[in-house]
Amino acid sequence: MDAAQNMTQDVAKRHRLSTRIWHWLNAFVATILLMSGLMIFNAHPQLYWGDFGSREDYAWLQIDDTRTTGFVRIGSARVETTGVFGLSLGSNDNVRRVAFPRWATIPTGYDLAAARRWHFAFAWVFALGLTVFMLAALFNGHIRKDLHVRRAEWSAAAIWTDIKNHARLSLSPGYRLSNYNIIQKFSYIGVIFLLLPLLILTGITMSPAMNAAWPWLLDLFGGRQSARSLHFIAAFLLVLFVVAHLIMVLLSGPINGIRSMITRRHVTMSKPDHGGELP
Amino acid sequence: MTDDYTSFRRRDLLRGVTLGSSALILSGCDAMNENATFRSALRVAEKLNQATHRTLTDRATLAPEFAISDISPVFKTNGSLTGTSTDYLAHLQNNFADWRLRIDGMVANPMDIGLKALRAMPARTQITRHDCVEGWSAIAQWQGTPLRRLLQQAQLSPRAKFIVFHCADNYGARPYYESIDVIDAFHPQTILAWGMNGETLPVKYGAPVRLRVERQLGYKHAKYVMRIEATDDLSKFHGGKGGYWEDVGDYEYYAGI
Repeated sequence: MDAAQNMTQDVAKRHRLSTRIWHWLNAFVATILLMSGLMIFNAHPQLYWGDFGSREDYAWLQIDDTRTTGFVRIGSARVETTGVFGLSLGSNDNVRRVAFPRWATIPTGYDLAAARRWHFAFAWVFALGLTVFMLAALFNGHIRKDLHVRRAEWSAAAIWTDIKNHARLSLSPGYRLSNYNIIQKFSYIGVIFLLLPLLILTGITMSPAMNAAWPWLLDLFGGRQSARSLHFIAAFLLVLFVVAHLIMVLLSGPINGIRSMITRRHVTMSKPDHGGELP
Repeated sequence: MTDDYTSFRRRDLLRGVTLGSSALILSGCDAMNENATFRSALRVAEKLNQATHRTLTDRATLAPEFAISDISPVFKTNGSLTGTSTDYLAHLQNNFADWRLRIDGMVANPMDIGLKALRAMPARTQITRHDCVEGWSAIAQWQGTPLRRLLQQAQLSPRAKFIVFHCADNYGARPYYESIDVIDAFHPQTILAWGMNGETLPVKYGAPVRLRVERQLGYKHAKYVMRIEATDDLSKFHGGKGGYWEDVGDYEYYAGI
């Protein structure tokens, strides 16, 4: 009773409508793109650097099987992954010799044509969504107010403290309610302005027709097979980002965090100056 | 004991919820994938992609060409490794000396042309990248007769919309065939190749002639071409979708991605 009276209720308005719509649209579209992309990868589970690459050439990454075991090979390092990667069980407990298992792909069975249709249709939503969000963020001040790294924040000591806080998973004290911390800013800037455009551009670079239209993309990424490798690596990094993001949501109050991303209202019962982290 | 039990239960519950929800999403996606309306909605993107590519490129915009040093050491063979028709096998025995390419359909001047005459026509040599729909690429030098020259000689009808390539190989039980539209047929890099990497086109790569249509994926590049037919309607050929893989595997007709 006393404790509750000492607390103040802060209601903050957090995410703008454009941010909220884009967030949930992306959660949906990126999942479809990832899972249909993994099915497309299953059609040729090797990656190369340069202009060309096929079963006749050296692959830096291979997810394959020996008929009885599945494995992932990166360079000369090889890990057995039977049951998950390279060799897994199908719907009727039949053995499937594919890179990614059925629970990770759209469609669940091997269907390159269908996966390509899903991927190339939802890629439009993904690319247009990012473009509109970037423009909105530029004009509504989201970039300037929330993502822009201020001069005072470029301090090695402060960044180090922030890294230590994150490593200890200690998120509540010391953060201002309305601002992102420096690690958040770096990760959001990295994802929005580097990773997502990289995914889109490396995807476009794999199209032979677009190679005729925009040959400079091949020069930028070092060839079609390099673009394919970078596309896969960028998708992997995006998965890592989402995992880290979800952990932060769980640690910083998932109900409140999800509510603020849906309704904009972020409610904290706390002593003044002790806000939670904005995931 | 109790702790172990509850943590096991919790873990079990968590796994159940995760697997359950992912199974729900996956079965939902599979159901949508089988839904005809949804599939045709996805197909709209194919038209959008083609329209975008056609807007961003001129009809004659060239696919990138490479240097001799960029050529793949081994060009992966794919699809049929030889023609299979009795007609083809007889020509193969005879080193294609009596082989004639038939050009007919919606043309004013149907013609048959032999390999020697084809090779005597003005040719184009190009080092290009071959991209399979599966994701791999290989680079080779191709030498051949521009398709537009043959279509001009045969006096293609202005009403013709597509050029169909009838092939000598059965893939599985069905004969291979492919088609492209007139815009791609008149593209400067669209050639009937009879030479590869400075030599006569080997059988496993499509001898005596194969199509090169450089801004599209590998399945468009028909091998063992025996007859070229101009048409305004693809629905009357085989499965009606314009090509073997389009009919059998539901691949896109426009293979620019």
